[in-house]
Amino acid sequence: MTDEEILARIEEHFPGAVVEVPQALDFTIVLRAERLLEVATYLRDELGLDYLISVTSVDRGDEFEVVYHLGTMTDQAGYLVLKVRVLRPSAEVPSLTPLWRGAEFQEDEVYDLMGIRFTGHPNLRRIMMWEGYEGHPLRKDFRPPYPIETDRLIAQSYAESENP
Amino acid sequence: MLKTRTITLNLGPQHPSTHGVFRMVLTMDGETIVDLKPIFGYLHRGMEKLAETRTYLQNMPLTDRMDYICAMTNNLAYAITVEKLAGLEVPERAEYIRVIMAEFTRVVNHLVAIGALLNDLGAFFTPMLYCLRERERILDLFEMTCGARMTCNYLRFGGVAADLPEEFVPQAREVVAGLYYWVDDLERLLTTNEILLARLQGIGILPRELAINCSVTGPTLRASGVPYDVRRAAPYSIYDRFDFKIPTLDEGDCYARYLIRLAEIRQSLHIIEQALDHLPPGEVQAKVPRLLRPPVGDAYARIESPKGELGFYLVSDGGISPYRFHVRAPTLINLTVLPDLVRGLRIPDLVAIIGSIDIVMGEIDR
Repeated sequence: MTDEEILARIEEHFPGAVVEVPQALDFTIVLRAERLLEVATYLRDELGLDYLISVTSVDRGDEFEVVYHLGTMTDQAGYLVLKVRVLRPSAEVPSLTPLWRGAEFQEDEVYDLMGIRFTGHPNLRRIMMWEGYEGHPLRKDFRPPYPIETDRLIAQSYAESENP
Repeated sequence: MLKTRTITLNLGPQHPSTHGVFRMVLTMDGETIVDLKPIFGYLHRGMEKLAETRTYLQNMPLTDRMDYICAMTNNLAYAITVEKLAGLEVPERAEYIRVIMAEFTRVVNHLVAIGALLNDLGAFFTPMLYCLRERERILDLFEMTCGARMTCNYLRFGGVAADLPEEFVPQAREVVAGLYYWVDDLERLLTTNEILLARLQGIGILPRELAINCSVTGPTLRASGVPYDVRRAAPYSIYDRFDFKIPTLDEGDCYARYLIRLAEIRQSLHIIEQALDHLPPGEVQAKVPRLLRPPVGDAYARIESPKGELGFYLVSDGGISPYRFHVRAPTLINLTVLPDLVRGLRIPDLVAIIGSIDIVMGEIDR
């Protein structure tokens, strides 16, 4: 099934769920956060995308982007990129762990490092940082306790040197 | 009536069988494991944050330090992601060199995995040292090519750092021929060993459906009967040109995972032979600006690393550093099934299962 067919099926079954189909290197569909779970269930059960490759997130300033890569283990297909955008203050996305248990640790990681809560996750916890740690390191407004600026200055001076 | 209650037992983080600093909190009913809670993060170095402050090329040595046994495949995954993002071409000869290095890395990883598994079972250091001895021969090849044995930092965007030295090809052929013979030897030593069979057969059975649902990849998945291998499912680099099999077994127990690794060593050697035969002359590095500024966008690319599907997700804002640098670490996700595998078993079985899943904390925690 081609990417366009998948998109047509989603639009047919879930009108209004697709927010945008941006130009990207991989075929990407941006979904409404509240429709994510039903669309993902449909993709898994009806269209055979049985393999949740990865879950990750990007800090875009005003909003966060949660990025899912969906594929299949049965035939030679590529993968589909699903994105969900949430506003910074609320930062809540439905969890996909009830569908794919493979999402469990990855959602824990996103919660820990980016501070996005996954509703319906059975055991959302800090996975890399310790219990009681404050802040979410991968957020762009996070100030680390060590001078990270030095690294950036080295990279910058490397960029500006005459013979990079 | 006599009351029994479960006790909580802490295993790790410093424990020789946890392959690094990995902690598990076990709930025990007598000798039987009722539940297991894995706790990570003891080796968390904040690589994804660190990478956002460094240039694309400066991040290459960072990838060596994720799965420190398989530096070359980490380099490869990162390089092809940046190449996808920036739209770079790789010369033919460099592609062949990459395949040779990636497959040698797979052999190295499986040797260490088998050696460490036997160590965990109590065959203290005899099989491990046989495996490490053969691994040294491959590390010698890495050293003569890039100067480092483990943290190779050998790949570059659009090629590799340096051409192969003259003596590489004859010596690589010698190593491959020796390894074929030696793998047979190892099989004679271990595969039908009564103690190994007693400890591994029927232990930690991973059903097919659970493996797919938990996104398990790599030898662990293929030992459960799913013939999924990124090299075949979505060929990257030049893997579509080689003839190789995807070994699978249906049992899904620790013994099957051990057998799959042995079979994959043979397949990797077969690929290396073909690559050495067809290694073309020419450039090993395309013309690429030393300071890369990929266009705005995001890209995900994946390879079949020795431990499973290793993917990088990079977001570029057009600057000199990645805006976001994410690693899809196969071993972190493979560990999702650990509590299911150990339920109802005992602690010695848990040690065998961890050894057979083959984890590296450097990659899990990053």
